[in-house]
Amino acid sequence: MSKQEQHWEKSKGLLMMTLAIWFVFSIGIFLFGAEMNEVTGPFGYPLTYWFTCQGSLGIFVILIFWFANRQEKIDEEFGFSERGDD
Amino acid sequence: MIKGNFIDNLPKVYGIYTGGFLGFIIIMSIAEQMGMTAKTIGICFVAFTVAIYAIIGYLSRTAQADAYYVAGRQVPTVFNGMATAADWMSGASFVAMAGGIYFKGYGYMALLVGWTGGYVLVASLLAPYLRKFGCYTVPDFIGTRYGGNLSRFMAVVVLTVASFTYVTAQINATGTIASVALDIPFQYAVYVGLISILLCSMLGGMRGVTWTQVAQYIVLIIAYLLPVFWISNKMGAGFFPHFMLADEVARIGELEQQFGFVKNAAADLKTVPKGLAGITKAHSAVNATPWAFISLALAMMMGTASLPHVMMRYFTTPSVKAARKSVGWSLFFIFLLYSSAPMLATLSKLSLIDPTLSTGIIGKSIAEVQAIDWYQNWNQANLMFVSDFNGNGTLELNEFFMGGKAVVLATPEIAGLPYVISGLVAAGGMAAAMSTADGLILAIANAISHDVYYKIIDPKAETAKRLVVARVLLVVIGFAGATIAALEIQGILGSVIWAFDFAMSGLFFPLVLGVWWKRANREGAIAGMALGLISGAAYLVWVRTGGSGFLGITQLTFGIFGSAVSLVAMVVVSLMTSAPNAATQRMVDEVRVPAGKSILGKQH
Repeated sequence: MSKQEQHWEKSKGLLMMTLAIWFVFSIGIFLFGAEMNEVTGPFGYPLTYWFTCQGSLGIFVILIFWFANRQEKIDEEFGFSERGDD
Repeated sequence: MIKGNFIDNLPKVYGIYTGGFLGFIIIMSIAEQMGMTAKTIGICFVAFTVAIYAIIGYLSRTAQADAYYVAGRQVPTVFNGMATAADWMSGASFVAMAGGIYFKGYGYMALLVGWTGGYVLVASLLAPYLRKFGCYTVPDFIGTRYGGNLSRFMAVVVLTVASFTYVTAQINATGTIASVALDIPFQYAVYVGLISILLCSMLGGMRGVTWTQVAQYIVLIIAYLLPVFWISNKMGAGFFPHFMLADEVARIGELEQQFGFVKNAAADLKTVPKGLAGITKAHSAVNATPWAFISLALAMMMGTASLPHVMMRYFTTPSVKAARKSVGWSLFFIFLLYSSAPMLATLSKLSLIDPTLSTGIIGKSIAEVQAIDWYQNWNQANLMFVSDFNGNGTLELNEFFMGGKAVVLATPEIAGLPYVISGLVAAGGMAAAMSTADGLILAIANAISHDVYYKIIDPKAETAKRLVVARVLLVVIGFAGATIAALEIQGILGSVIWAFDFAMSGLFFPLVLGVWWKRANREGAIAGMALGLISGAAYLVWVRTGGSGFLGITQLTFGIFGSAVSLVAMVVVSLMTSAPNAATQRMVDEVRVPAGKSILGKQH
């Protein structure tokens, strides 16, 4: 496999992982919205309510930064990162 | 002034600007103490902020194509994040979101999850790759990746349909705020709003819009957060509302139990002014089915990743790496406002319905409520209404009605904050609506001037001529939008959601598969865009004209149907026709690595 193919395989792996986490917190948990709301979540809010107000939103922010850093590492590993113009 | 070292001095420039704005708020509050009228304060806030944006717009004027289309590709990540957040958060987010949460609770929260979760798709599937491509506009990517004028033109059509649906709502919002703050009729205020919008974008294109959007973000976030924190502290609800309102949320649940949701008779409801609603849904309980929630969230997420005015903001970063990070910053700045909206809704609702609070009106006598100053003001503005349906002389929960905008606009006054806060909120709403309208008008005008005029009609046109065409289109599209806005056809929020559905119907899969599926070809993309848009629009018309719909897809989520058709059409047609040529395949390979030259040249 060429260097470029390996890079793309790794990038696709990262994409899948990112989308899996995204799926859980944007869609997955809301399949059980009613049940989850019986549980007390962070700061004392009902759990589902907390996810819709802050939880999922905050997780998305962190997820994007995590993704960006991982992708940068992958690019560097294969020598595909940009130089000099950041 | 905005030359040479400007980029290095950004933190300083905007630091001074923020300080200046805070100083202005303090001067206004002193003026209020000294007897300046509420109306004058409102005018000062709107006029002062709009004048600043106009100055920034003038200083950013340019005659370079890459500065006009992509701000010279030198906008640093954090500032691009702020600009995107302002671009993104519309008048609807600012004025109507807290109201939507207040009235509809959980069912509406799907929009918050959708409008943030979509950025994960932007960051991982599209933005860095489109940045590497080096395009000026979204149709520029479609046209180059798939080749041919027809694919480029179809992308322009989808972009125009989606963005134009969106922009009328924004011009409408600027008109509403200008008409209240400046006290002029709405039909004229719409054009005042439009001229303010054009002042930011006419001379500097994307460069002007970028630097005004950063300034507008600073105004709108201060205008949103300051009242939320102030009200929370004043009510004794908590120093930091986001972490401290659990008791208040629980208390609203208790009161809902105590009062019950009494259903009003249809004849009684007829007497309520149009556009006002009562509290009929639980505040924090789950009041929608999983599919209703998930389908709306999914439609908004895919729509987010397809809206060209957001995507083109990531064309302005200096590198691919910066584009990715910048998406994270965008969402962070959006998160600051979105996570505050539910808190504002909670504070607003509790302060009105809790009989043990001095501001609570439920349980008071109707005559007493009608004598309250703020009630009279907002009743006159057609945003509040009470009526004694059961004739017991006391105000019940089901007898109190409010407009969605009142949550943001009236709560400061109800909580007893000085008027200067209301002026600040007006300036914030204006900033939110203007920044989004600018992004949208620019997206449409750029697509038509670059992709239709320059790439299809007259590829030999000189830069100067191209930029004249771009500016003329900007004005024409702005006036067309304002004219439709002046007709006041639909509400602000409805048309915003439609824009997402249109965008995802026509553009989501052609964009994503353009990067992620090498086999996708021109015929497939054209079929995907055309059939997606047509089937989505047909579904909307069908449901609007009494059709029953299927799979629980409503007029707010028709994009799910449109994009599904688009995906199937694109895959089937691509596989039935020949694979893209070797040059195109190589191009896709190059897009996938950040290093190396962009596909399209710096000036093209």
